[in-house]
Amino acid sequence: MRKHSVKSAAIVGASLLVLAACGSNKTEGGGTTGGSCDTSKGTLTVGVVAPLSGNLSALGVGIKQSAELAVDEANKKCTVPGFKLAVSAQDDEANPAKGAQAATKLSTDPNVVGVVGTLNSSVAQTVQPILRDKKIPQVSPANTNPSLTRGNDFLTAPKRQFDNYFRVCTTDDLQGPYAANYLVEKAGKKKIAIITDGKTYGEGLAAELSKQVTKKGGTIVGSEKVGEKDTDFSGVIAKIKALGPEAVYYGGEYPVAGPLSKQMKDAGLDVPLMGGDGIYDGKFIELGGKEGDLATSVGAPTESLATAKAFVDAYKAKFGKEDYAAYGAFSYDAANAIIGGLAKTLEGGAAWDDSKRDAMLTNVGSYTGSGATGNVKFDQYGDSTNKVLTVYSVTSGKWKDVQTGEFTG
Amino acid sequence: MSVLLQQLANGVVQGALIALIALGYTMVYGIIQLINFAHGEVFMVASYGGLATFTLLPDDLKKSPAVALPLMFVGGIVVAVVVAVIMERFAYRPLRNAPRLAPLITALGVSVFLQEAVRVFYPNAKSNLPYPKVFPEGNLTIGSVNISWTGIMLVVLSVGLAVILQTYINRSRMGRAMRATAQDPDTAKLMGVNPDRVIVLTFIIGAVLAGVAGIMFGGYLNNINIDMGFQNGIFAFTAAVLGGVGSIRGAVIGAFIIGLIKTVAGQYMPGGTQYDYVWIFVVLILVLVFRPQGLFGEPERVRA
Repeated sequence: MRKHSVKSAAIVGASLLVLAACGSNKTEGGGTTGGSCDTSKGTLTVGVVAPLSGNLSALGVGIKQSAELAVDEANKKCTVPGFKLAVSAQDDEANPAKGAQAATKLSTDPNVVGVVGTLNSSVAQTVQPILRDKKIPQVSPANTNPSLTRGNDFLTAPKRQFDNYFRVCTTDDLQGPYAANYLVEKAGKKKIAIITDGKTYGEGLAAELSKQVTKKGGTIVGSEKVGEKDTDFSGVIAKIKALGPEAVYYGGEYPVAGPLSKQMKDAGLDVPLMGGDGIYDGKFIELGGKEGDLATSVGAPTESLATAKAFVDAYKAKFGKEDYAAYGAFSYDAANAIIGGLAKTLEGGAAWDDSKRDAMLTNVGSYTGSGATGNVKFDQYGDSTNKVLTVYSVTSGKWKDVQTGEFTG
Repeated sequence: MSVLLQQLANGVVQGALIALIALGYTMVYGIIQLINFAHGEVFMVASYGGLATFTLLPDDLKKSPAVALPLMFVGGIVVAVVVAVIMERFAYRPLRNAPRLAPLITALGVSVFLQEAVRVFYPNAKSNLPYPKVFPEGNLTIGSVNISWTGIMLVVLSVGLAVILQTYINRSRMGRAMRATAQDPDTAKLMGVNPDRVIVLTFIIGAVLAGVAGIMFGGYLNNINIDMGFQNGIFAFTAAVLGGVGSIRGAVIGAFIIGLIKTVAGQYMPGGTQYDYVWIFVVLILVLVFRPQGLFGEPERVRA
């Protein structure tokens, strides 16, 4: 199925390129490619950089398809007058080096107006500077590491890092503490053990959680690292078990977290495993996540938001199933921020060229809209003003939301 | 103390898995002096073969572990053996008399080929796949030490198969032919040993053991991915070198040493679990410096 859709997307993409080439040369009115809209000025591209293969592809494909949905709708509604929009999705394999290649490829295409991505904070670190050099706005649906927007001293001396970088999800300096509050105050777990995978996302998240756990009177009894390709965690688990934790917090993603949770239980360490948005996926449960395991994720539960309903329905109508995953709604909003910025930039029928890129950055930055995840708006660092977080728990083999709110200290 | 015992138990289980794969490395090396880097992938395809067998079973059989589990072993082993025989016939046999580097590079190529083939052609193999729950569940608890039943099964299978293999090679007619070929292929041929048959049999035995390991790996850890062959293959290769390439006993003991170092060093050495691999290779380097032939290996003879 998936292979087919990639293939047909490639074919569609290729034919669009051909049409674009025609479009830029011809002077007569177009209107043949975008339904009833005028597309005489050619095709502009919204890039997507996300892991489309590999362990995290469930999340990446959700991001790609949701962006495609946003672009489709914009084409139908003639949001950008005179142009047809297309999506060019690049696979980063959750690998920073591959992400850099993908970004380079997109940034050399003069018709790329903006990029939705990345999933991984570590990949964002290599993608940001490449897109900045070409003044291409990047809107991430999923990067939660705070230093991406506010630098390494994000708490004490925040400083805007990249004027082309925005995100529609909230950050780990809120997500970590929010999880800590839930663990210590609501769930009453005072002794927490930490396991991380050593990547930008997991380390940052676990560090923020640790600080808040200590502040709330809990203790971090131990902290261990596992390799991304490790499969047997018995050594780590035995070590942590001896410290008697009441819960284990894992900073990382579901391909490791799922098996880790099962092996904890097998080893007799039957305490909840908690993680961030990186483990909030159905795959976590399939791979061994157990009843009572917890996760925080950004935003309110997609199904519960009135603004999200239209997105979910449209997604189902287009792709036939609800595999938008954890970041689909965010990706949809991110793509719409780019499209909205573009529509404003080209208001009054202007043509697209490199001189529009400065205005494009400003317009994406000042974009406001009511999206699938709530109100979309960026602050002075490029962060989302929507700081809602949700705690989920595995109940009868499914993620169920148990608490939604904002971190208040 | 209880932590140490638990870590030792974990180490033994990890060692048992590595031992099953290491036997394949060491036997092939013993016979044709080839480090078969693709052997880790044979282990990986066996795991996928077992999973495919389970998927193809009718629904009522899926529910009965007593039927499904043996069938998965058969399926996994058949896939492993077929892959290993094809690999020997088409990748290694044509290079039998080529310089030693040529089959080594070929082995790396075969390894990449198998990994990518599974990734591309096995449905959803792009991400981890959960393994069916047909293995014995629960733990054996002795005092404060927990070992899962699949872990115990793994150790029993590993040690049992290694003993059977050792006996087979020492006692049987074919085993004698294998030892003769390992010692001197040309003289063995003059004595009426068919080297092609011996070599194919060696690959088949290695594949059967890797097949058992592949299925047990899935059962023990609950999920499989296409990288599993590479990572465990490296450990198995290290175990074979540590024990002395070509020595059956050496490979098994080397594997248990590696399992134990990994868990014990992760617990007690500075750096913890983050650096547990480092200690494995520190020990390997020390052994190779002071005893280049490995713990149980024989000093290499220059062959005519």
